[in-house]
Amino acid sequence: MSTAATARPETPSRRSIRWSSPLTYALALAIAAVSITPVIYVILGGFRTTPQLNADPAGLPDPWVWDTYGRVLTQGKFWTQAINSTVIALGTTIGVVVLGVCAAFVLARYTFRGREVLYTYFTLGLLFPAGAAILPLYLMLRDMDLINSYYAVMLPQIAFQLPVTIVILRPFLLAVPMELEDAALIDGSSKLGFFWRILLPLSGPALVTVGVLGFVASWNAFLLPLLVLNDVSLHTLPLGVQNFSTQYTSDTAGILAFTSLAMLPALLFFTLAERQIVGGIQGAIKG
Amino acid sequence: MSTAEQSLDLADRANARSARLRPAGGPFSRAARTRRKWYEIIGLTTPAVIVYSVFVLVPIGFAVYYSLYRWRGVGSPTEFVGWRNYQLAFEDPIFRDALWNNLIIVVGSLLVQGPIALGVALLLNRRFRGRAFFRLLVFVPYVLAEVTVGIMWRLILMRDGSVDTLLQALGLGSLVQGWLSDLPLIIWTLLFILTWKYVGFAIILFLAGLSNVPGELTEAAAIDGASWWQIQRHITIPLLGPTIRIWMFLSMIGSLQVFDVIWVVAAPSVRSLGAANTMATYMVDNGFFARLWGYGNAVAVILFLISFVAALLFQRFFLRRDIQGALTGRVS
Repeated sequence: MSTAATARPETPSRRSIRWSSPLTYALALAIAAVSITPVIYVILGGFRTTPQLNADPAGLPDPWVWDTYGRVLTQGKFWTQAINSTVIALGTTIGVVVLGVCAAFVLARYTFRGREVLYTYFTLGLLFPAGAAILPLYLMLRDMDLINSYYAVMLPQIAFQLPVTIVILRPFLLAVPMELEDAALIDGSSKLGFFWRILLPLSGPALVTVGVLGFVASWNAFLLPLLVLNDVSLHTLPLGVQNFSTQYTSDTAGILAFTSLAMLPALLFFTLAERQIVGGIQGAIKG
Repeated sequence: MSTAEQSLDLADRANARSARLRPAGGPFSRAARTRRKWYEIIGLTTPAVIVYSVFVLVPIGFAVYYSLYRWRGVGSPTEFVGWRNYQLAFEDPIFRDALWNNLIIVVGSLLVQGPIALGVALLLNRRFRGRAFFRLLVFVPYVLAEVTVGIMWRLILMRDGSVDTLLQALGLGSLVQGWLSDLPLIIWTLLFILTWKYVGFAIILFLAGLSNVPGELTEAAAIDGASWWQIQRHITIPLLGPTIRIWMFLSMIGSLQVFDVIWVVAAPSVRSLGAANTMATYMVDNGFFARLWGYGNAVAVILFLISFVAALLFQRFFLRRDIQGALTGRVS
């Protein structure tokens, strides 16, 4: 994509996308700089030492120091937390997609009394912040004996994510032409067979979208893990970063390196799945 | 009638048709088919209904119950105090301050992020080389974890950190502030960080709305001699109305429950003095960490009620048909 910016000026065949006025580029560059400079500062800061950072907080790495990143990567905590984050995010994603698509299928392709009531019931979750109920949720998880387990994070996260998942999936499943379903039923397939063999394969893109949204939400989650994961060996990356930054307040370089490493997966993931994330957010409004 | 209802009617007719083709009585009889349909409906929706009810809706009911007791979280609550916890919350200056901060964040986010996001979206909606790359960069803050963002800005804004150093290097040393320690200032620092973090979300939504504006309209206006700005002002922005209202709604709900960034950026020592709490941080501090479970749950109910009433009012007066049926239960 960066090549697009440095490519040659317009050729007759690509007239539709043209170089714009210098003002447009100046503004776009300024906006991009505001968004990305703090992130670059953190990543570069990890390549400096704390004394260097103290002497000149805004300087560039000179020379480049790799030890800080090495130190963070070789201490076991980072990897334990990365694995915890991954397991919880994958579990959340699978749960949200499976439960969400089953419910959305019924809400989209069955006619029955109470269907709209059920749909409204799910969308109620969009009307108020899920975080408001975090204290009674904690008490409930404690009574269920789930505190300090992956389930204590995954199950509520699946529940929080269900409304938006159903709001995105339902119109998508509605849009699959009725002729396809008729044809499948006449050919002797059951409704479930149609769902499994025809509808699901067709819904790939929408499933990826809700899956990505669920994964990112879980990867970044802080409040719920903070309350329900007291056991340090179960901590996820956001908890780990926060703890590291309050425990080793004087190790500025270490905090910067740890923070960079923790955000790297999210950044990579976003670059790969930008289309799905943006598409999902857009689908949620249009739906 | 919408396409949704049409297609569902067709589904019924198709079912009825295929039912007629089959002999009555056997496993394909109408009664058997209806029963089977209900088994499928119940089987497929039950897991989602249970998980959603148990972990989202039931806790709210519990919050109301616990909020009427003085309770340290051990055993079952026995010391009934009625509305006392609610009264105490509104009497606590720190809670009132948290409420006030939430209001600043709600209004500040709308007033600051809205115009910025609109401007950036209009700019990035123009066709030019490298547009996709710029869009990608603008969205980056939105996907970063709140905790990451909080720690990042805490380090950048710390005393004698890079912002202070830069200001001094530019000869603006007199502007150096205790960004994260001056009580009246800190809420504005927090608002700045929240703006940086969430403006990308508004931009994503606005760009989506802009992509729905028909090109024919703007082209026709351009042929009629309208300037770029006139087109935006009189055609594009009015057509973006529904998108802007949905963003306002989502931003409002998000601002009311903001927790992570505040928790990470404002040190506990600063929070305990007031001036840097939101309802959510106040709730967690008192309910979870100070183990005043009854009191914390009362704050939770207040937070919930404020959000719910604000959402209903907003929906009633602004949203109406913008989210099709999603919040009203109508597929219109």
